[in-house]
Amino acid sequence: MFYIHCPYCAEQRSEEEFHCMGQAHIQRPENPEAASDREWGEYLFFRDNPRGLHQEMWVHAAGCRKFFNVARNTVSYEIFETYRMGEQTSVTAGTTAHGREGQVEQVHKVRRVRA
Amino acid sequence: MERYSVFGLIKHALSYHENWQKTWRSPTPKKEYDVIIIGGGGHGLATAYYLAKNYGVTNVAVIEKGWLGGGNTARNTTIVRSNYLWDESAALYEHSMKLWEGLSQDLNYNVMFSQRGVLNLGHTLQDMRDIQRRVNANRLNGIDGEVLDARQVAERVPIMDCSRNTRYPVLGASWQPRAGVARHDAVAWGYARSADRLGVDLIQQTEVTGLNIHNGKILGVHTSRGDINARTVGCVVAGNSGVVAGMAGIKLPIESHPLQAFVSEPLKPILDTVVMSNHVHGYISQTDKGDLVVGAGIDGYNGYGQRGSYPTIEHTMQAIIELFPIFSRVRMNRQWGGIVDTTPDACPILSATPVEGLFFNCGWGTGGFKATPGSGDVFAWTLANGRPHALAAPFSIDRFCTGSLIDEHGAAGVAH
Amino acid sequence: MNQVNRLAKGGRIDRGRPLTFSFNGQTCHGYTGDTLASALLANGVDIVNRSFKYSRPRGIVAAGAEEPNAIMQLGATEATQVPNVRATQQALFDGLCARSTNPHSGLLSTIGELFSPMIPPGFYYKTFMAPASMWMTYEKLIRKAAGLGRSPREIDPDHYEHSKQHCDVLVIGAGPAGLAAALAAGRSGARVILCDEQEELGGSLLCSREMLDGKQASVWVAAVVAELAGMDNVLLLPRTTANGLHDHQFVTLYERRTEHLGDRAPEVNGQQLARACMYHVRAAQIVLATGAHERPLVYAKNDVPGNLLAGAVSTYIRRYGVVPGKRLVVSTCHDDGYRAALDWAEAGHEVVAIVDARERADGHWIEMARAQGLNIIMGSAVIEAKGKNRVTGARIASIDVARFQTTGPASELSCDTIASSGGFSPVVHLSSHTNSRPVWREDILGFVPAELPGLTPVGGACGVYALGDVLKGGAEAGAEAAIGCGDTSASIDLPDVERLKTGEALGLYQVPHEKPTLRAPKQFVDLQNDVTAAAIELATREGFEAIEHVKRYTALGFGTDQGKLGNINGMAIAARCLNQTIADTGTTIFRPNYTPVGFGAIAGRHRRDLFDPERYTALHEWHRARGAKFEDVGQWKRPWYFPSNNEETMHDAVVRECRAVREKVGMLDASTLGKIDIQGKDVREFLGRIYTNGWEKLAVGKARYGLMCKDDGMVMDDGVTTCLADNHFLMTTTTGGAARVLEWLELWHQTEWPELDVSFTSVTDHWATMVITGPEARRLLAEVTDIDLDRDSFRFMDWRVGMVAGVPARVYRISFTGELSYEVNVQAHYAMHVCKTLFQHGDKYGLTPYGTETMHVLRAEKGFIIVGQETDGSVTPEDLGMQWCVGYNKPFSWIGKRSLTRPDTCREDRKQMVGLKPLDEMVVLQEGAQIVFDPQQPIPMTMVGHVTSSYYSPTLNHGFALALVKGGQKRIGERVYCPMTGGVTHAAEIVSPIFYDPKGERQNV
Repeated sequence: MFYIHCPYCAEQRSEEEFHCMGQAHIQRPENPEAASDREWGEYLFFRDNPRGLHQEMWVHAAGCRKFFNVARNTVSYEIFETYRMGEQTSVTAGTTAHGREGQVEQVHKVRRVRA
Repeated sequence: MERYSVFGLIKHALSYHENWQKTWRSPTPKKEYDVIIIGGGGHGLATAYYLAKNYGVTNVAVIEKGWLGGGNTARNTTIVRSNYLWDESAALYEHSMKLWEGLSQDLNYNVMFSQRGVLNLGHTLQDMRDIQRRVNANRLNGIDGEVLDARQVAERVPIMDCSRNTRYPVLGASWQPRAGVARHDAVAWGYARSADRLGVDLIQQTEVTGLNIHNGKILGVHTSRGDINARTVGCVVAGNSGVVAGMAGIKLPIESHPLQAFVSEPLKPILDTVVMSNHVHGYISQTDKGDLVVGAGIDGYNGYGQRGSYPTIEHTMQAIIELFPIFSRVRMNRQWGGIVDTTPDACPILSATPVEGLFFNCGWGTGGFKATPGSGDVFAWTLANGRPHALAAPFSIDRFCTGSLIDEHGAAGVAH
Repeated sequence: MNQVNRLAKGGRIDRGRPLTFSFNGQTCHGYTGDTLASALLANGVDIVNRSFKYSRPRGIVAAGAEEPNAIMQLGATEATQVPNVRATQQALFDGLCARSTNPHSGLLSTIGELFSPMIPPGFYYKTFMAPASMWMTYEKLIRKAAGLGRSPREIDPDHYEHSKQHCDVLVIGAGPAGLAAALAAGRSGARVILCDEQEELGGSLLCSREMLDGKQASVWVAAVVAELAGMDNVLLLPRTTANGLHDHQFVTLYERRTEHLGDRAPEVNGQQLARACMYHVRAAQIVLATGAHERPLVYAKNDVPGNLLAGAVSTYIRRYGVVPGKRLVVSTCHDDGYRAALDWAEAGHEVVAIVDARERADGHWIEMARAQGLNIIMGSAVIEAKGKNRVTGARIASIDVARFQTTGPASELSCDTIASSGGFSPVVHLSSHTNSRPVWREDILGFVPAELPGLTPVGGACGVYALGDVLKGGAEAGAEAAIGCGDTSASIDLPDVERLKTGEALGLYQVPHEKPTLRAPKQFVDLQNDVTAAAIELATREGFEAIEHVKRYTALGFGTDQGKLGNINGMAIAARCLNQTIADTGTTIFRPNYTPVGFGAIAGRHRRDLFDPERYTALHEWHRARGAKFEDVGQWKRPWYFPSNNEETMHDAVVRECRAVREKVGMLDASTLGKIDIQGKDVREFLGRIYTNGWEKLAVGKARYGLMCKDDGMVMDDGVTTCLADNHFLMTTTTGGAARVLEWLELWHQTEWPELDVSFTSVTDHWATMVITGPEARRLLAEVTDIDLDRDSFRFMDWRVGMVAGVPARVYRISFTGELSYEVNVQAHYAMHVCKTLFQHGDKYGLTPYGTETMHVLRAEKGFIIVGQETDGSVTPEDLGMQWCVGYNKPFSWIGKRSLTRPDTCREDRKQMVGLKPLDEMVVLQEGAQIVFDPQQPIPMTMVGHVTSSYYSPTLNHGFALALVKGGQKRIGERVYCPMTGGVTHAAEIVSPIFYDPKGERQNV
């Protein structure tokens, strides 16, 4: 069960408080009427489905109700970073390839509980 | 190929089982085949078998990166039914059902297809409307089915709590008598054995690392054991479809999610049918060995990890205890997860692609196992003829742009 | 029965507290501190079960979680039956009632033996195929043999708890490594959880021959446990199995809280205790101190009762004071196997021989055995056990392990017990639950956990067996884990341990027999599933070469012990047959659970009323008092109808309620509709994007119906939204859709249009809504309100603030029945008062409460849709004929608009909503009936739609329906058919979906 850092609450919370909303950074076409059926269909239904690093959107449904983004590995389930709406991740396939030696802080790492 | 029978068993017993043949060969890949099938799961193996048997294409290779039947074929809850709502899916699954009904004899391999019936429970008035609608549609499509009320459900499954005391009382169910379960591994092995006999090369432990595409046409595949050529390539890799599609620069409307299941310790027979409830979210049957097999809902995130999250198991368990409170002291032995390739409308993709000669069979989501024979036959026809079989045509990838989705979860509310 | 095998002294049992229990109906005796298994052995029970496939007699083999045979049905009453309890893990309690799960002997076992040559692995794939029609009959017979224990038939009287825990360091296993780790971490100040599956903390130290600080190891254990128990930062959990390790260091612990006390959880101070507890632990660091399982040797007839693990023999003698036989032969290939012989001899029983497969060995225990004059035979092994229901002898021969053959003639030793040990396999299970594959290490002849962040295996779990190293490794891991959590390390003084001289172990996974494996008597690898070495060899011969294929074809490791005993031997045998190394063959992945866990414990308290929250409106008690029948709508309990007495049927009640509304006045509790308070200066713009229709011009004091689509153009929700002030709106949603819609609004606001000034608050539970509807509604309401209800000052689709029954209220003049309607909204805690006041005044007007069923009839007569009933995720606003509610010219391309012009969504022959009037007026079509144009068509018929809603209308006095029909909007007046079960076909005419008051005059009065 994932341990997810909500970038708004700034706390690690259990997955049960969250919903995954699918791929992050899907932009609704600026002018839908100008989109072809194919472009519109791709916006509606076609999603990245990588084996490895994936940016996805989650919502802290039983918490602050905020949507945010997660950079996660879909094989190891490691979460590299969570970041707010409108931000971009600093995680790339390159940084994750270095695994734990990479520059990205492993935010899923379970933190100590006592202050 | 040696025919399997009880006499064969006696004969081999007398010679201490020292003379059994290999179930399949371990061939060295040829340079070229007429058709390459990527993926040696149930669907891929069935495709190869029907290509050779029904459509005369025997120069076929199945390329499997791991072991035969090692993906979702080995990880599902083995339910077989065809009571789908929409005409298109009902036709495809019923085609499959008819093939299931003679499969053990056809393959000379007992896949233990057990038609012990499937109940889909209704717990709300809207559930019951949906059940009526689906059963009516099934009957007019020539698929068996009836609607049972709560009392009839209780008679069929006396150990289930059909009282009014539960949080969501059982109001009734749909009942498909011809539905049931099968022995999942045997399906893969049976198809593999028969396909091998007909000349198909089953190439295990060989990973497809790229597609050889030239001028919009497929010419073959790159593998961890070298290049293999073919003018027709069928991709049947379920959860990994997106990865292979990516090799061709194609994006699919598919997301791979974990789907979990668990089994109890073996019990003396207590449940002789399959019970599914979409409302409280769980489904259950008992195997011939005595294990209760319980399926959960899909985990909400993309995952290739063959495992999901614990709360999903916990919620499913709560549903099972709600339906079968007597199982409270029964114990869970093992849990696991598969990777299901889900589409936006919960229906598969059986489709040509912009690359000539490259076809995809994927997106079966939670319905893959039951579709194995039908999917294989229809896809084999498609590969043999270079165009979609009539039953496959509605499942083209174009539907996601035209809007002609076949929305099975929206309409019928029946998962798995 | 007498405790014939019990020693007069020794062991950790309490001879002052004897216990009585029953096994297969026979009364037996034991002591507090016994397990069921140790007590059975003490009572001289040899046969505890018959095997699953061959029905062979089986005895106890092990002393812990790896036991494959002693699988019991427990429980003195029907409701307290527990299937498949491992006797080695069940503490004995007074009155315990155990039965073999497979007790049959005689005929069945004869058949099993007779036919066993004909049932090699996979035999069922190869037969039972002819004739095809017979399979279900064959299967019935197969199923008769299925299963171990049985499910209870009555409902569990006990309950189960869940507990969420967070800790710095979770130590799994309280043997030497785990205790040292917990002590180091605990002294550092870290928050520690230490769990162990056994009844007592201490693990192997509880029956060790080795001394710590010159004293019995158990003395050190007691001191450490006492110190840990005194630390308030340490939680000690004996009887607690870490059964699953999940992502992000989430571990489930299963505490058998009262299973050692009795059949049922006891009451303490009037409080019923939980039978078990599941801990959901999130641990910053995990120390895996799960130890190692001893591997048995695989030789012919190694399943005959009296064949035990050497370590188990020691455990039974030293911990439980039980010697499970008289004359012992030990067969081993490493030093530790000798311990059983030493313990046996010290207990005063005869050691016939120690047979060691190695050519030479001179370790500490061997020297001790030699010093005691025990008979040691090198370069040999037990190749076959003799006996049927109990070992009567051991055939031994010299063997060549490398060439896998015997090298000399066999001789027979007379004995009643064979203790075998092939070495140890680290208990890596938890480490592979998140899919990391264990790694083979040839130097320790075992798989060790792959590297995992946050998880440190110590001691036996990573192949470290020398006690001093185990303690040191544990202490270091505990201290480091604490440092990793930010604590300063505290050193602990480790006890002195003598470093024992050990010889090199030999990898021996199957003992060669004089005959080739396929011809030799059965050599069992997985006892519970009756998987033999021959079966594995056969599987590889048949081409099942991947280890997963071998496992699945033979069922190796699929038992309730999950291969703890047999897997490594099985893989090694497969490797030998395939001429591969074990490393190349690899292992299968272990899955949770480590040992089985009760369904009830996993479910916890979430049963019955707590399965899913029940939501009640503020008027729920009033409804109950009026005798309402309830319908589940989402989590809500809504009044379905109000029978006036016990006899009134639903049909009669609904007819009466419908008439009351159409002729007088009715009251519906509509509080369950979702209510979302929306504020901000951009609300109108936001609503215009979310809803299909326009919101620019909605004035303060006005309300409007809105339709909401997903971006695929399909209807997802609907409801009335009211303008409270220029920047303040109240949206209502469907009952089931409230949470979904709120999330939907937030989604679009937060992710696409953060620049819009809007905010959302759910106020569903703040307001209670009573719909007063019917021709008398105005006169009734006027009696209890100060609001001017004049038809021209308070018009249809207006809302007003005022007092109703003396409390502040918002009153909306909207109608879902087609009648003159006022929806009275008051703060929820006033609702009961307002309701009672309304009914005090309402009697004279015939005020009648009505439920959802009447609401459905009345709205359907008006052609109003219910989202989720008329729609199913594949229906557009245009399909519903609701073009009047679609703003085609709004400047912003609202959610769903673009999708309406896709080729499939703009087809003219889509299924469209229409009314159906059955030709036979007394027929009420079935909801869900499929519709065809041609009733004569043979099956498969061409279906063109279905009935979505269908009722008898007391107002119209005929049945009527709403339906989706292909191209229906252009087919008004045409005839359709509904072919039903049983051959009946109903004909109906396509009509307008508005059956009643099409001009809407009645709501405008």
